[in-house]
Amino acid sequence: AENEPPWGVPCTQLNVFVAMPGCDGLPSLDSKESYKLSVSEGSLLLSADTVWGALRGLETFSQLVGRDENGTYYINETEIVDFPRFPHRGLLLDTSRHYLPLRAILETLDVMAYNKLNVFHWHIVDDPSFPYESLTFPELSKQGAFNAMTHVYTASDIQTVIEYARLRGIRVIAEFDTPGHTLSWGPGAPGLLTPCYLGKDPSGTYGPINPILNSTYQFVTSLFKEVSTVFPDFFLHLGGDEVDFTCWKSNPKIRAFMKEVGFGEDYKKLESFYIQRLLEIISSLGKGYIVWQEVFDNGVKVKPDTIIHVWKENPMPYMEEMANVTKAGYRALLSAPWYLNRISYGQDWMAAYQVEPLKFEGVPEQKDLVIGGEACMWGEYVDVTNLAPRLW
Amino acid sequence: GAAPGAVAAAPRLVSASRRYYEYMFGQSRRRHRGPRPLGARAGPELLELQVVIESREPGCQSYPHLGSSEAYHLTVAEPVAILKADEVWGALRGLETFSQLVHEDDYGSFLVNESEIDDFPRFAHRGILLDTSRHYLPLKSILTNLDAMAFNKFNVFHWHIVDDQSFPYQSIYFPELSDKGAYSYNHIYTPADVRLVIEYARLRGIRVIPEFDTPGHTQSWGKGQKDLLTPCYSGEQPTGSFGPVNPILNSTYDFMTKFFKEISSVFPDAYIHLGGDEVNFDCWKSNPEVREFMKKQGFGIDYAKLESYYVQKILDVVSSYNKGYIVWQEVFDNKAQLKPDTVVQVWMANNYALELSSVTGAGFTAILAAPWYLDYISYGQDWKKYYSVEPLKFPGSEKQKKLLIGGEACLWGEFVDATNLTPRLWPRASAVGERLWSSRNVTDLQDAYQRLTNHRCRML
Repeated sequence: AENEPPWGVPCTQLNVFVAMPGCDGLPSLDSKESYKLSVSEGSLLLSADTVWGALRGLETFSQLVGRDENGTYYINETEIVDFPRFPHRGLLLDTSRHYLPLRAILETLDVMAYNKLNVFHWHIVDDPSFPYESLTFPELSKQGAFNAMTHVYTASDIQTVIEYARLRGIRVIAEFDTPGHTLSWGPGAPGLLTPCYLGKDPSGTYGPINPILNSTYQFVTSLFKEVSTVFPDFFLHLGGDEVDFTCWKSNPKIRAFMKEVGFGEDYKKLESFYIQRLLEIISSLGKGYIVWQEVFDNGVKVKPDTIIHVWKENPMPYMEEMANVTKAGYRALLSAPWYLNRISYGQDWMAAYQVEPLKFEGVPEQKDLVIGGEACMWGEYVDVTNLAPRLW
Repeated sequence: GAAPGAVAAAPRLVSASRRYYEYMFGQSRRRHRGPRPLGARAGPELLELQVVIESREPGCQSYPHLGSSEAYHLTVAEPVAILKADEVWGALRGLETFSQLVHEDDYGSFLVNESEIDDFPRFAHRGILLDTSRHYLPLKSILTNLDAMAFNKFNVFHWHIVDDQSFPYQSIYFPELSDKGAYSYNHIYTPADVRLVIEYARLRGIRVIPEFDTPGHTQSWGKGQKDLLTPCYSGEQPTGSFGPVNPILNSTYDFMTKFFKEISSVFPDAYIHLGGDEVNFDCWKSNPEVREFMKKQGFGIDYAKLESYYVQKILDVVSSYNKGYIVWQEVFDNKAQLKPDTVVQVWMANNYALELSSVTGAGFTAILAAPWYLDYISYGQDWKKYYSVEPLKFPGSEKQKKLLIGGEACLWGEFVDATNLTPRLWPRASAVGERLWSSRNVTDLQDAYQRLTNHRCRML
């Protein structure tokens, strides 16, 4: 008959049932994100163990709702039982190569939620700029940001991001990459970086953090003490990638130190020396840590619960690296095939889609150590004018 | 400092001067409402920019064309700066330059250096191609892009308006074309939309050259115009799919005659782009009636001859409306009989320099697009490779080289729509803009980098 609504009994309410109440906490690596969605005539029910699962289910529910030519909203009868394959599904944004205004970050968090991504890896500082406004060391951003008034993230900005993320079930993991990638730290922290030498004289340029000075470790302790309280997630990303040894080698005091401690010419040992002390500092602050793969590759002694972040495609194919990392008993994160900043013509989403993170030689226990991966949007050629269409 | 002053009145220049006033002074965060900044400095002041159009026919009421003069002379000195140009088109270019010279200091004062500039374009045809068939582009996108073009002294908008995927052009004589061929009723360009684009472009000294690409690239035409496209066959049976425009039917040419009559009156530019690229012969070969026709005409199995037959008839139609035409290089490569004033657009990347030699060697005017397919994105600073192209680097005499009238940066639409057009096209296209306007010896990449980064921020 003409006047009958074609869609059956109208439904007006989605009932959401969460087994473990509590919406004030933070999402973590162990959070359960599973949910069940039941849509039948007269009944819409979303149930989940935790509020994080309910968020995922709400996203799915919103995707199921359609609209016909007459403007009527409808939804098909359906039964869904859903849960994530990997618990760490992240996105990296780089706010050092180009500053990203707050709204760009918040918008990105919205789209992450549409795609059930649950970790925002904030690569907040690097060589080109230091936008993180530190309470303990205000000079860092004053001297190191592109513009200390307009291109910084204040403590309030950061809390805004963390809360906005939390409400979407997204963890915020900050990365303060050291000892390399730290040029912007230098102007605000004199004496922190290694002065490079040309023969007997300082050349005027600087290299990685100076690993032989006590002042370095005092600084690092104080800074990370603050960072640990500002960023509530259990994990911090400590970087550790691409440390260029040339500057260290050029510095006579460092060469002397190398001899003193018996490292010889093996600067990987010096890098280890720094990283190990850094990891101890972070541990003592009660945080866990993620590091880029070089830390593992260079034989640094790390705690067994360290997470290794695999990003390089050579010299070793990343699947081999994944096998090695997990064989050694460490948890692994995969990013190597997902550097979305490396644009190319055509439907390159397919290559990203076809990656199978567990496609390496290993026993099931090893494969269990792969906790997920991250798409990376490095900022060399990215700012607010092109971030969204490049990433999504 | 410079204080904004009145521009000597010339009707169409008034809107341009208002626009440039806003560009120069409107974005300032520290703009003062009063005529003098607080604590006025006692420096030399620029009170006025006078714009003088020299020729008796300044061109304010007319459309820009290939022969328009875009040269200008700009003198910035206290107390009055003078911008002189033969025609209004030169004044527009000069206003753009003047706006780039004006900068703001840290205290909110506007400054401009004393300057003497004598400028004119190296190439007369400096274009951008947008494709509104693979993805519809809302009017706003097109207009924003015309603004960006003006910032870069581009003067041709090559509007690749229809193609296989969709037919958004709302035709007055053949409304079914867009009724059936557009993605949806919301994805069309009405006659009013088209007029708006043409006028918006004109006010910026930009020509609008539409491209109605045939006989290939026409799948969407077949939806609204029955029997226009060739039915493909498998053996004795039609397969249900269609190929290029059917060149053997009189109805085809009746349609094209009427259709191009409309196009010729809707688009005021002296040129229409007729396409002619990538014609796939398979469907023609499969059709028994077409094969029959080939025999009758004595073309044998050389389908390039059939393509030429079609193209020549269309060229004649368009000529009869007093329009010139531009075609893609295949039309030349496949030896169609072209009128001597045909413009050939070289787009195939392989050995394009040799193609330029052939085209100009045969006496035809050429436009270069091959090295400037900006839809082919890649990681890193690819603007450098676009900047480093030297259009005249092909074997040929001086006379031949004069036949290369310019080039176009192309942004094909397979992977482009309103959500990513602007950041994909700009500022990469700026590199092409400079290559086409500036002298051959302006090639230093370091210097270009500095200016390009500033220019980009200015465009934002």
